[in-house]
Amino acid sequence: MNKTGNHSSPEAATAQRQAGVSGDECLVKIGGDWRLSEPVPAWAGVFGKAPATRVRVVPADLGKWDTSLVLFLAHGRAWCAASEKEFQVEALPANLQALLHQVPVNGAAKPATKTAAKSKWELAASVAEKWAEHVGQSISFLGECALGFIDVAGNPHRFRWLDCLVEMQRCWASSLPMVSLVSFLVGVILAFQSAVQLQQFGAAIYVADLVGLSVVRELGPMMAAFIVAGGTGARFAAQIGNMKVDAEIDALETLGISSVDFLALPRLLAVMVMMPILAFYANVLGVLGGMFVSATMLDIPASAYWIETQNRVGFSDVCSGLFKCLWFGLAIGLAGCERGMKCERSAAGVGTATSSAVVTGILLIVLADALFAVIYNVLGI
Amino acid sequence: MKNDPTATVIEVKSLTCGYGETVVLQEVSLAVHEREVLFVIGGSGCGKSTLLRCLIGLLKPIHGEVFYFGKSFTAADSGQRREILKTFGVLYQNNALWSSMTLAENISLPLEEHTSLSRADRETMIALKLAEVGLAGSQELYPSELSGGMQKRAALARALALDPAIVFFDEPSEGLDPIMSREMDELILQVRENFGTTMVIVSHQLASIFRLADRVIMLNHETRGIIAEGAPAELAATSTDPRVRDFLNPGNARPGRRNENSAGGNKPIIK
Repeated sequence: MNKTGNHSSPEAATAQRQAGVSGDECLVKIGGDWRLSEPVPAWAGVFGKAPATRVRVVPADLGKWDTSLVLFLAHGRAWCAASEKEFQVEALPANLQALLHQVPVNGAAKPATKTAAKSKWELAASVAEKWAEHVGQSISFLGECALGFIDVAGNPHRFRWLDCLVEMQRCWASSLPMVSLVSFLVGVILAFQSAVQLQQFGAAIYVADLVGLSVVRELGPMMAAFIVAGGTGARFAAQIGNMKVDAEIDALETLGISSVDFLALPRLLAVMVMMPILAFYANVLGVLGGMFVSATMLDIPASAYWIETQNRVGFSDVCSGLFKCLWFGLAIGLAGCERGMKCERSAAGVGTATSSAVVTGILLIVLADALFAVIYNVLGI
Repeated sequence: MKNDPTATVIEVKSLTCGYGETVVLQEVSLAVHEREVLFVIGGSGCGKSTLLRCLIGLLKPIHGEVFYFGKSFTAADSGQRREILKTFGVLYQNNALWSSMTLAENISLPLEEHTSLSRADRETMIALKLAEVGLAGSQELYPSELSGGMQKRAALARALALDPAIVFFDEPSEGLDPIMSREMDELILQVRENFGTTMVIVSHQLASIFRLADRVIMLNHETRGIIAEGAPAELAATSTDPRVRDFLNPGNARPGRRNENSAGGNKPIIK
């Protein structure tokens, strides 16, 4: 690669600086082409010639120049100011002088920082305030959604059924492979772990009870919910957040269309419908995982395993798990849509909204699950 | 300054470009000279932005080559490409400022990547570039904290960070009021005055075209190429092509001229 001529005419000359002292004047001649991307001379040699009280810069066969020359002159000026010498640039082109004047004399002037430093307590207070605001916004969003659902119940033809179906399809299609794999493996892991203990008592058949109950009551719904939170919840937040950034939500609002009715309700319903279905599927795969381990490792035939599972796992166990999933779905949908709608108008904002939707979704799922554990215990289900 | 006014900085040789199977521009040839302000004009969908994307390397041409300072950009390997990329700056239509960075960081990134300036020098450069576009002291602001006009100027400061020999503008005064648009034009002239920069501007703001352009090329979607080329005032006054006349003299367009236009697709091309 030609070092000197990458964006100038072929005869480009390297930047030059010559200094000579006559009497009390130091004459600095600058010439050649000055390019930011090329090495340029420094003042080091001139600074040694101390006796002069005046530094005069004159052009000598000066070619093309850019800001690198301005920087060079600014350095010279700063040095002269520091050692109380006069710095003369009058012979240079007028526009170069004008640019030099724009450079702040004491290096780059530091712009005032916008916010004063806060104390620890103020910081804690502002974080708490932000959290309170978040929670308040989430509750008001929940309220808006509830009102929207009540409204839709009265006018079902106004609901966007097609959007809802499309979202159901996407949710199902995107979650299915992961749900299959994870639930089957969870069944396998549970069976492995319990088999080691139960075999010691000759009670290997109870693997079926343990796997069946834990998968159907807890793990199937939870695993499905986590996967939907990571996939579908994140997609809601990213999609709605991007719509917000591009002012698409503003366009809805100015047409008098409520963004909650238009965007949130179909998605909420979709994920609430799909969650129990996916969880049921996860239950089946989990039990199959346990059955696989029992059949291959414990020599329990699949038929025996199935009968044991049927005896132990009742209809109410299955229903209690699936009923929770409705609420898991609601939590995922709410977290996704709410974070999307409150997204900041920037690329970073969409990223934050997405990750926050997943984290919030998982948090709400676990909270809801704990709550249901207490309620079911009290009700004796 | 030893500037040769006829030196060619960009040369486009029989460029065909488009998206997938759709050819937007066919066999376009073009040369841009040093210190020239060239406007690319034409109706919506005529391929102005496609041409620009081809020139700056965001779109691979289907056929043909683009040369910068006599070196092929299309056939360049990654090292040569990087060298060529350093020589031009681009002002994007929607500014494309990096929203997660402050203005100072936005301007600093090209300097960090392509120069060996010290941190203090970079800060001086940033202050200078921001002052040049009238945003002195806004280093620590984020793009989202600026108005549209300020964002445009900040984007210009970033495009100019490396003092490029060529600057491409995609609709520089889009969304600016007439006064700001005039300021933008003055800024563009000022930059050329200071650094001898070559400018390629995609725009359809007539006021800017007549104020700035040394030469315009007009593209047309029917012919998929350049239908007129020349100084704007000259074209407006002397062109016999109604498409060119109407575009440059919108006030004179008579009712009914539109029909004449659409029939004009089969007429010989005036160039």
